[in-house]
Amino acid sequence: MTADLVALLPELVLAGLAMALLLVGLVGGGRRHGALGAGAVLSIVAAGVALWVVASGTAEGTRFFFGMFVLDRFAVFFKALFLLSSGLAILLSLDYLKRNDYRPAEYHTLVMLATVGMMVMASGSNLATIYVGLELMALSTYILAGYFRREVKSHEAAVKYFVLGALSSGILLYGLSLLYGATGTLDLATLAAKVSGGRPGTPVLVGIALLTCGFLFKVAAVPFHMWTPDVYEGAPTPITAFMSVGPKAAAFAMFLRVYLGGLEPLADQWRLFVAVAAALTMVWGNVAALTQDNVKRMLAYSSIAHAGYALLGLMAGGQNGLQSVMFYMLVYTVTNLGAFGFVILLESRGFAGETVNDYAGMARKHPVAAFGMLLFLLSLGGIPPTAGFMGKLYLFAAAVQAGYVWLVVVAVLMSAVSLYYYLRIVLQMYLRDGADAEPAALLAAPWTERVIVACAVAVLVIGVLPGPFGEAARATVSVLAGK
Amino acid sequence: MLAWFLANFSAMVFYCLAAVAVAGAVGVIAFRSPVHAALSLLGSFLAVAGVFVLLHAEFLAAVQILVYAGGVMVLFLFVIMLVNVRTLTGEGQYVRRLVPAAVVLGIVLAVLIGVGVVAGGQGAVADPAALTAVAGVPLGNTEAVGWSLYRDYLLPFEVVSLVLLVAMIGAIVLGRKDLGAKEGA
Repeated sequence: MTADLVALLPELVLAGLAMALLLVGLVGGGRRHGALGAGAVLSIVAAGVALWVVASGTAEGTRFFFGMFVLDRFAVFFKALFLLSSGLAILLSLDYLKRNDYRPAEYHTLVMLATVGMMVMASGSNLATIYVGLELMALSTYILAGYFRREVKSHEAAVKYFVLGALSSGILLYGLSLLYGATGTLDLATLAAKVSGGRPGTPVLVGIALLTCGFLFKVAAVPFHMWTPDVYEGAPTPITAFMSVGPKAAAFAMFLRVYLGGLEPLADQWRLFVAVAAALTMVWGNVAALTQDNVKRMLAYSSIAHAGYALLGLMAGGQNGLQSVMFYMLVYTVTNLGAFGFVILLESRGFAGETVNDYAGMARKHPVAAFGMLLFLLSLGGIPPTAGFMGKLYLFAAAVQAGYVWLVVVAVLMSAVSLYYYLRIVLQMYLRDGADAEPAALLAAPWTERVIVACAVAVLVIGVLPGPFGEAARATVSVLAGK
Repeated sequence: MLAWFLANFSAMVFYCLAAVAVAGAVGVIAFRSPVHAALSLLGSFLAVAGVFVLLHAEFLAAVQILVYAGGVMVLFLFVIMLVNVRTLTGEGQYVRRLVPAAVVLGIVLAVLIGVGVVAGGQGAVADPAALTAVAGVPLGNTEAVGWSLYRDYLLPFEVVSLVLLVAMIGAIVLGRKDLGAKEGA
């Protein structure tokens, strides 16, 4: 039992400190932004240290809690990624919370508990554990979407997110219950053994179809993407930034673990389904982004398109496929957080920061931040020497090796299309003077700027030296692929 | 005749309970008065509890009645009385526009439920002995649920408590009254 608790240490540390933060927030009117923010970031760091200690002291692939929880390098990589994205998202929110005078304690607590949910999802080796982790993450995110209550758009986003999220959870659960009814198990390893012999029965197939729909909903793939643009646009920008990286990476971790772990023997049944969804997602995400004038909406469609690229790695399967998706999630996290950081910076400069025209002349006014945004947009478009190029390279190479040449052709064509809308912002920033858009009030946003700089450095470092990062992702896949 | 009747007795009880459960669910969306809808939901809950009894899940049946028919329903009625809605008005047109979509989705769902029933008919589902014995030791139904919940499913069970904590924080954060530019301290 002690070993079980030790394995759970990172989650326990984070959940415990989150609750402590909630109590500390009650003291002093809950307005001590600096102290509470520092507490939240230090808690994330503490969980990271605990994760490092536990991961280095545990044998690869050991299972805990009667087979409910597994510690392998796959889980550890994703947990580190979640902690990174949550830490950066909290740093991005600090200035925003302070300027708009919202209570920081509950906000940070919810981000931290959402992270606990994601970490449980990444480590779940039983569908019950994975589902409960998913709900913990999702419920926290619904509340965060509506946290900034004075903004009406935020209400709409929260309600839409909640209703559609609950619907997709229902679909997912129905799929799980059919799978359980047909096989009598929720354990991924047992499930893989049970479904590996011969042709599966109809209930298993319908279960997988529903499960795939639910998962595609959670990663925001077409045709289950309808909620994304509205929610991303309406939610407060720091939360949009968080939602687009943490929960998305967690959904992919779950997708990979379940489909390449437990349902791997049935790959022939789900591959076509996922392939069609991936193609549709890449095409529709990029085409719809072309016509968006609202930058948050555009980034939402761009995030849909990127989920489509990442699905290529799931299609490819095996060690290469897994590695490419994990590496891509890291790349996407630093890139997208940086890009949203720039949007937040504009908002805090007294701009709306939401329409493309607001970006006019930014290169002259804020050269450093604008250069960072340039890097992020190039990375999203997949131009060397940024991280986005290496991420796409790994993904497309894995898909080609697995024989999905047609999908890669679609992906490359659509990446070319995506350059149009990414470069539109670059043109605005660098080639228009923006004399008509002088900032009304200059407010300091030091933490947002620091995060932008850190993300820009990360995008360049990963782009130029992808080796160690790719290696970190490669080492993590052994257990899952061998299961 | 009598032999046939006895052999199929539990099946008949099941279909009666199932009919009540479905009728109750239809009533929830068909009644215009929220109180009637809530009471109709109560009928559905009770029928489902009956189905649990048929499946020898007596503990679940008791919990279904205590938690759903008792606690949840009282809360529903309490809220309905508190906000004092007599009938739902103004939603009619909106709902009517959605009828075609609802019919299509309903048919899809019915087909899926059909598949679920077929799966049950094919047998080979979860081991029924697991409900009444752990490691070969026979147990009562409640005891078996307890073993399963606090041993095998301990971790998900504890994570659920965090989910409830988040729900509580969310209800307080989103429900607080002060909306002014400076939120009350």
